[in-house]
Amino acid sequence: MSNFESVLNVKNPKSRMSKRNVWKEHVLAYAFLAPSIILFIMFLFYPMLKSVYLSMTITDPRGQVAEFVWFENFVNLFQSRQLYSNLSVTLLFILYTVPTSLIWSLFLAAITHNKLRGMKIFQFIFSLPIVISVGTGSIIWFLLFHPTAGMLNYFLSLISVGPIPWLTDPAWALISISIMTVWMNMGFLYIVLSSGLQGIPEELYESAKIDGSGPVRTFVRIVIPLLSPTIFFALIVSVIGAFQAFGQIHILTKGGPINSTNVIVYSIYQDAFVNFRFGIGSAQALILFLIILALTVLQFKVLEKRVHYQ
Amino acid sequence: MIAKRTTALLLYVLLAALALMVLYPLIFTVFSSLMTEKEVSNFPPPLFPTRFHLDNFKEAIAGFPIVRFILNSFIVSAAVMISQVVTSSLAAYAFSFLSFKGKNALFAMFLSTMMIPWEVTIIPNYLLIKSWGWMDSYQGLIVPFMAGAFGVFLLRQFFLQLPRELFDAGKIDGCGHLRQYFSIVLPLSRPALATLSVYVFLTHWNHYLWPLLITNRASMRTVQIGVAMLQHAEVMSWNLILAGVTLVLLPSFILLALGVKQLVRGIAAGAVKG
Repeated sequence: MSNFESVLNVKNPKSRMSKRNVWKEHVLAYAFLAPSIILFIMFLFYPMLKSVYLSMTITDPRGQVAEFVWFENFVNLFQSRQLYSNLSVTLLFILYTVPTSLIWSLFLAAITHNKLRGMKIFQFIFSLPIVISVGTGSIIWFLLFHPTAGMLNYFLSLISVGPIPWLTDPAWALISISIMTVWMNMGFLYIVLSSGLQGIPEELYESAKIDGSGPVRTFVRIVIPLLSPTIFFALIVSVIGAFQAFGQIHILTKGGPINSTNVIVYSIYQDAFVNFRFGIGSAQALILFLIILALTVLQFKVLEKRVHYQ
Repeated sequence: MIAKRTTALLLYVLLAALALMVLYPLIFTVFSSLMTEKEVSNFPPPLFPTRFHLDNFKEAIAGFPIVRFILNSFIVSAAVMISQVVTSSLAAYAFSFLSFKGKNALFAMFLSTMMIPWEVTIIPNYLLIKSWGWMDSYQGLIVPFMAGAFGVFLLRQFFLQLPRELFDAGKIDGCGHLRQYFSIVLPLSRPALATLSVYVFLTHWNHYLWPLLITNRASMRTVQIGVAMLQHAEVMSWNLILAGVTLVLLPSFILLALGVKQLVRGIAAGAVKG
């Protein structure tokens, strides 16, 4: 704090950069950075290291380390079926949600990208889900999915389809969660993709038209390659978001039925904060961290080559 | 001409159908929140409320501490927002306008924080907050989020685009860095600061896991946790639950009207251009 006081008293540095001024600038710079750095160390870097340590321990329910066990937690995890089941549920969830929400949002962005009257209204409607938070969204869908009084099953009965046990059948639960997640994510993706579309110069469409290219062909051959940086950004954000989905699962299914929606984040939550096994929870968190890190690097490496930057 | 009109008409029909699909969950929420208990307990329930039954909102507020939840979320999100704007703008200023030893290394350190997902830090942070006795407290909800690298990058990008001549003029006037920060950089960066503020506010308004872990008492619950608890309030009928949900959605809709769209575009553009 005393550094900051002295900084406040600094009078204007009129002369050229003297030694004194260089020193002053250093003090000022570190004082400006200090709040962020202190908070990062306390709540990001130190916890990160502590996670590594905790993952090699067995703790009591209050989080005190009872025993240091080296890699036993990891060995146990890799030997149990649970980890693989959680990972495959997570991958399945990504597979259900990411391509669907990207294609769906891109489709909506494409058909609202024109100068017809009233398009603003549709653009507003399709970006509306962005304000839905996971808490409110989950409750709304909880009621829509209700097996006997829910509106979804009512609409299905109108076209004489029998009721679907949305959240209670292991075959349906993950699909139901995915439908709800796609709906929640579409607002953000729609805005990102349609603003990407607006960045593509009009003349391109005109010249494609003159060359006799139909709208679908123009879209696939010209628009999508030009849009690839935006699609790439949307893809990474969606995959990482899908890896971290927690709220809707906690509210709608609690990982069930029979672990069919038990994604890895939910399993971390259960181990650490329901069963108070912080060691094994940390071990899973580190495995997840490594997967996300590897995926991010891979995505960048593989896709960056194909992505078309102007 | 006729063919063109037909395609336009078909497009409108398609768009209207899709819009109805996307909007339906929200229409369902708002309409049900206006229905009487009798109306919602019918099956199939009516699609429209017969008349606007505003008493639901009164009852939802009376039966459930929704106002308290909204207030808590507001306090927490606003405090996080203000502190992130302060810490991020200070750090961004240092990275944009000051020269000092270790600048690149520190910048890399800031960058690396974006690679640490919350799953890895949440267990130790929870234990830390617990050991400090900060459970069920505002500081427990606020302090861990008072700094963020995202804001630093966003603002740095903006600061670097400010016209250099302004600073040269300032230097001639003998304007020091502190005055330059307060009276030139901050006022000129209002658009970027606003973007960051709305972004941080919304993110924290929507936080789910951290408040779930840190709060036990109902009086400290934030909106997201509070709303999720409505699910277990079995005595409450759907119209009251959805009246609560509608109340919680209101601030977010106001934010959308104020231009979340521009905000996301700005963020996306920054991310794509790097």
